[in-house]
Amino acid sequence: MDKILRINMSTKNQPSFEIQPLSEYEGLGGRAMTSTVVANEVEPLCHPLSAENKLVIAPGLLSGTTGVMTGRISIGCKSPLTNGIKESNSGGQASQVLARLGYAAIIIEGKPETDDLYKLYINKDGVQITVDNSLKMLGNYDTVEKLKETYGNKVACLSIGMAGEMKLAAATIACTDMEMRPTRHAGRGGVGAVMGSKCIKAIILDDTGLKLRPAQNPEKFKEANKIFTQGLKAHGVTGQGLPAYGTNILTNIINEAGGYPAHNFKEASFDSASKISGETFAELEIKRGGNPTHGCHRGCIIKCSGIFNDKDGNFLTKQPEYETVWAHGGHCGIDDIDKIAQMDFLDDDMGLDTIEMGVTIGVAMDAGLIEFGDADGAIKLLNEIHDGTPLGRIIGSGAATTGKVFGVEKVPVVKGQAFPAYDPRAIQGIGVTYATSPMGADHTAGYTITSNILKVGGFVDPLKTDGQVKLSRDLQVATAAIDSTGMCLFIAFAILDQPETFQALLDMLGAHSGTTLTADDVVALGQKVLKTERDFNERAGFTALDDRLPEFFKNEKVKPHNIAFNITDEELDSVFEWEIAKV
Amino acid sequence: MDIVVKLFANLRKDRFEQNKMSIQSNDTIGNVLKTLNIQEHEVTIIFLNGRHSTFEAQLKDGDILSFFPPVGGG
Repeated sequence: MDKILRINMSTKNQPSFEIQPLSEYEGLGGRAMTSTVVANEVEPLCHPLSAENKLVIAPGLLSGTTGVMTGRISIGCKSPLTNGIKESNSGGQASQVLARLGYAAIIIEGKPETDDLYKLYINKDGVQITVDNSLKMLGNYDTVEKLKETYGNKVACLSIGMAGEMKLAAATIACTDMEMRPTRHAGRGGVGAVMGSKCIKAIILDDTGLKLRPAQNPEKFKEANKIFTQGLKAHGVTGQGLPAYGTNILTNIINEAGGYPAHNFKEASFDSASKISGETFAELEIKRGGNPTHGCHRGCIIKCSGIFNDKDGNFLTKQPEYETVWAHGGHCGIDDIDKIAQMDFLDDDMGLDTIEMGVTIGVAMDAGLIEFGDADGAIKLLNEIHDGTPLGRIIGSGAATTGKVFGVEKVPVVKGQAFPAYDPRAIQGIGVTYATSPMGADHTAGYTITSNILKVGGFVDPLKTDGQVKLSRDLQVATAAIDSTGMCLFIAFAILDQPETFQALLDMLGAHSGTTLTADDVVALGQKVLKTERDFNERAGFTALDDRLPEFFKNEKVKPHNIAFNITDEELDSVFEWEIAKV
Repeated sequence: MDIVVKLFANLRKDRFEQNKMSIQSNDTIGNVLKTLNIQEHEVTIIFLNGRHSTFEAQLKDGDILSFFPPVGGG
């Protein structure tokens, strides 16, 4: 990864490209790369859909190597959903392939004057940028099928569906998986709308004839990778729970903890939770000839995904994630497993963030547009987006916009981005992350559910305020660093509990780059990334007042624990004061 | 006295999802596990009426107990 591909969509007649040396971006990967480029090169006050915004696509530092779990890709820009900096992270094949092609980043800038739709093809011989208007308004599945005819089924694709072409704020960028299905998504923050604004439908990555990236110290890398692999297999979460049931194993436990938001955050438990739990999904998947244990990219050994077949045994969608099942399920009062799976497919096909869509539908239900529990009505709303109707475009713009249009008072968003599947009143630590992450409400940015609920990395009582700021801070820093390595965040379950597995990760990073890395180096990297992102947001007009939950979480207690969000504003403002926190 | 016990993920295998159990008054959570033939190391998370609890905690009539093996996601 010794070069950057810079694509200019504004050049007259035909977009142009340049292959450049890394220069000031040397040594960066993943989120560290995307956030640094956006902070350095994008005018913070620009309109996110303007030519001034840039779309940055970066594999992680270890992507493309023999290291396990290294297939995460980072996609960054100024977000049309939050108006702040965005790093949206995805699995799938793209990261490994892009890294092997030698690119540490693709930076797409400008925008064309015509409404032609482009595709980019990148292989060992170079880059082709061509107009392909036959792809216009196709869903991700049809797009990929069409691209297969030209490029075969051994490539990796990044693509946008109708939502991205319509430049909707909930639009994703899809990444193909091992079976070349567009099932993995850089979901959050509307990155698909930015790709759509640049009139790029698809990026096809072909690593034919290229080898795995070698480490500077191959023997040490091999040994560390072995210990790291053993550590992941030995941990109960990464070795057993996630492979057997996937992320949706959380439905029951979060519900039992009284932290499962139902009916647009009116309650924090859902009577029908067991009907849509990971246990129920896994059983049904096996019964229908699907598979509850399936990796999203080569080199994944956790295999938290799966294959969900319909009643006739035909592929319908990948195993819907916990957040997806919650957003379209309990949040909307829906307990029909097949309808939830169908909505997962529709979101993936149109290229929509499943969290933002489910939450938005719940907000629309609160507005009385349809009834809570009306699964067919929810599917109809998604089809409005497919048809590009004014109502569909409102829904596809996310929960904050939909709430405003329909006069809903209680809309669960921070910085314009919808809450994920944990009530911050019953799980106070995640509220700190929702409020303060530079990304907007994002559970992955500092996943306090680990210590608050799962007893991974210690225990911090979810209903008390003590220790929540430190927990969120430490996890936000660690996450920013992990997101820069290309590693799947789920490795955190093992490295938080097992010092030798964490050391193996440090050794892999060190052996790859030919240096020695310490835990302090990782902390420094994470802090630097967060500082860069917060600095961009400040220049984009964000203040401490944007690091707050909606008022009703502070004022209204939620059942069953009858508790409000009790972390003070002063405590929230101390999250990023690491120098003071150290003393 | 009676309590309700809920088992999740692989703890359900060859057992049950939810059962009513009669126990001695002041019995501990650890004793309930023994009755179910579940080893303590198999259980990472215990909820007693929706709050995290421990093997040593004593039970009272009407309590709801939930046992989980190591789980995670997100």
